[in-house]
Amino acid sequence: MLTTDTHAQSEDLPLLQVSSTTKLYGDRIGCKDISFDLYPGEVLVIVGESGSGKTTLLNCLATRLTPTSGSVNYRNRKGQMRNLYEMSEAERRMLIRTDWGFVHQHPADGLRMTVSAGANVGERLMAVGARHYGNIRDTATDWLGRVEIAEDRIDDDPRAFSGGMRQRLQIARNLVTSPRLVFMDEPTGGLDVSVQARLLDLLRGLVADLGLSVIIVTHDLAVARLLSHRILVMRHGHVIESGLTDQVLDDPQESYTQLLVSSILQP
Amino acid sequence: MTNLIEAQDISGEHYNFAYLDEQTKRMIRRAILKGIAIPGYQVPFAAREMPMPYGWGTGGVQVTAAVIGKDDCLKMIDQGSDDTTNAVALRNFFVETTGVGTTTKTKDASIIQTRHRIPEETLTKDQVLVYQVPIPEPLRFLEPRETETRKMHALEEYGLMHVKLYEDIAKFGHIATAYAYPVMVQGRYVMDPSPTPKFDNPKMDQMEALQLFGAGREKRIYAIPPHTNVVSLDFEDHPFEVTKFEQPCAICGAENVYLDEVILDNDGNRMFVCSDSDFCEDRRAAGHVGLLGTNPLDADKTTEEAE
Ligand SMILES: Nc1ncnc2c1ncn2[C@@H]1O[C@H](COP(=O)(O)OP(=O)(O)OP(=O)(O)O)[C@@H](O)[C@H]1O
Ligand SMILES: [Mg+2]
Ligand SMILES: [Zn+2]
Repeated sequence: MLTTDTHAQSEDLPLLQVSSTTKLYGDRIGCKDISFDLYPGEVLVIVGESGSGKTTLLNCLATRLTPTSGSVNYRNRKGQMRNLYEMSEAERRMLIRTDWGFVHQHPADGLRMTVSAGANVGERLMAVGARHYGNIRDTATDWLGRVEIAEDRIDDDPRAFSGGMRQRLQIARNLVTSPRLVFMDEPTGGLDVSVQARLLDLLRGLVADLGLSVIIVTHDLAVARLLSHRILVMRHGHVIESGLTDQVLDDPQESYTQLLVSSILQP
Repeated sequence: MTNLIEAQDISGEHYNFAYLDEQTKRMIRRAILKGIAIPGYQVPFAAREMPMPYGWGTGGVQVTAAVIGKDDCLKMIDQGSDDTTNAVALRNFFVETTGVGTTTKTKDASIIQTRHRIPEETLTKDQVLVYQVPIPEPLRFLEPRETETRKMHALEEYGLMHVKLYEDIAKFGHIATAYAYPVMVQGRYVMDPSPTPKFDNPKMDQMEALQLFGAGREKRIYAIPPHTNVVSLDFEDHPFEVTKFEQPCAICGAENVYLDEVILDNDGNRMFVCSDSDFCEDRRAAGHVGLLGTNPLDADKTTEEAE
């Protein structure tokens, strides 16, 4: 299991610091007053019922949505803590393309559907200056292998792929630049149960091998159990409970979490 | 290029010199100056309706109209030829609206407006080459959103251009893009050279003449000032290569020029001849002869005339 003691990393400094992050949609609360730290190598899962603010929070962290108030700081590769919303756009976009990944629920939102699998994986390499076709292709081949896509599919475009394959391709496309932080919104959401299980296995292996920090939004407590060290439970835009995943799921304190865990609530 | 301007009376209608009013020309000149100041950058401009369809090169026509003066000598080419319908119509348009002299001789022209080709003859600092551009945005192939492509230019995010070239090599084994082959201008902006064949790309590099590009429907102007670095994009292991032709021009014997295939008869006989017809004529006038000796098409013409 991956649920190792996170204190092992406690001497490290946080990778991401979220302080009082709030997003309002007019009068409606998207997410309210959220604060937490994420440490290198940590997998954090955000759970909660539909409309509880999971995606809103994730998008605020990934700079896909500007928070109404609060701050989000990220430690760059030079070790400097930077407020994401005070960075220049050029710097932020560079971060997004290299240091981060974002895996969408629907692969079509994260892939270029009209170019080959190889080009989908190679794009980020080319974006950071790779100019040797042979090397780009070798790296793409390697990554397709790591996400269990046969080498001879490298020149097919994702329209010819199954849902599970597309999702694996999206993951490869994100991981090829060795990002330090990956955001995922319901990565197993649209898939059949058996396909979901295989993808989860794959993800678990990759996250462990690469020592990735990950923030995953999910409805599925099995995903939380299998992948995450820590959990945030959201309701009506607030974090109502948080802690080590096993502790929260085995011994939930809040009555809402108890309902969620006992599957009385269908999240 | 002087600025003077007498109203012309054409077919009963009253037009300003070069058709556009002075204010519009000034607006276009400002866009051109901005383009020259930022080589390869697409400058938006308030393109006007012209008395011809967009596909006819209204962007190039507006650029020419903005820079042409009474003393200019204009050459108008389409696919390298001065006498296609399109070239003739546009040349006549300027003759009627400006009264300037025209020529088919590259070296005699002060302004050359072109669709698809750069003349074979080396252009000089006293000349302006105006391109008619249908699609100015090189990134559109993979990114249809205008807001996004603008940002990509602003931030020099050009990885996508190589994605396109990668796809070429993956599909065809080599970079198959033969027209509108993307270039990097002065190490900063990626630019679409309009539908010119990639054969012409090296001519853009360090050209002595001013190069101006006008896209009418898309309302964009861009420019390459004289002596600017223009580099065709490629991969280290798949370097840019100029199209090579296996044989010289059939009628003038020129090598290392761009050739068009011409079908001679119903039996499938064909020949390859200079696409730049002025260049070819010059060479023949100077006594150069290709394998076919004389131009079989000229022979046709003479017989027709005789009949
Ligand atoms: N663009 C928007 N405009 C207005 N309200 C929004 C917008 N996006 C989300 N909301 C509202 O914000 C709240 C949180 O939505 P969010 O999408 O973050 O929830 P979620 O937890 O991701 O839900 P789901 O599990 O269904 O994806 C909801 O009340 C939602 O209606
Ligand atoms: Mg959501
Ligand atoms: Zn010739």
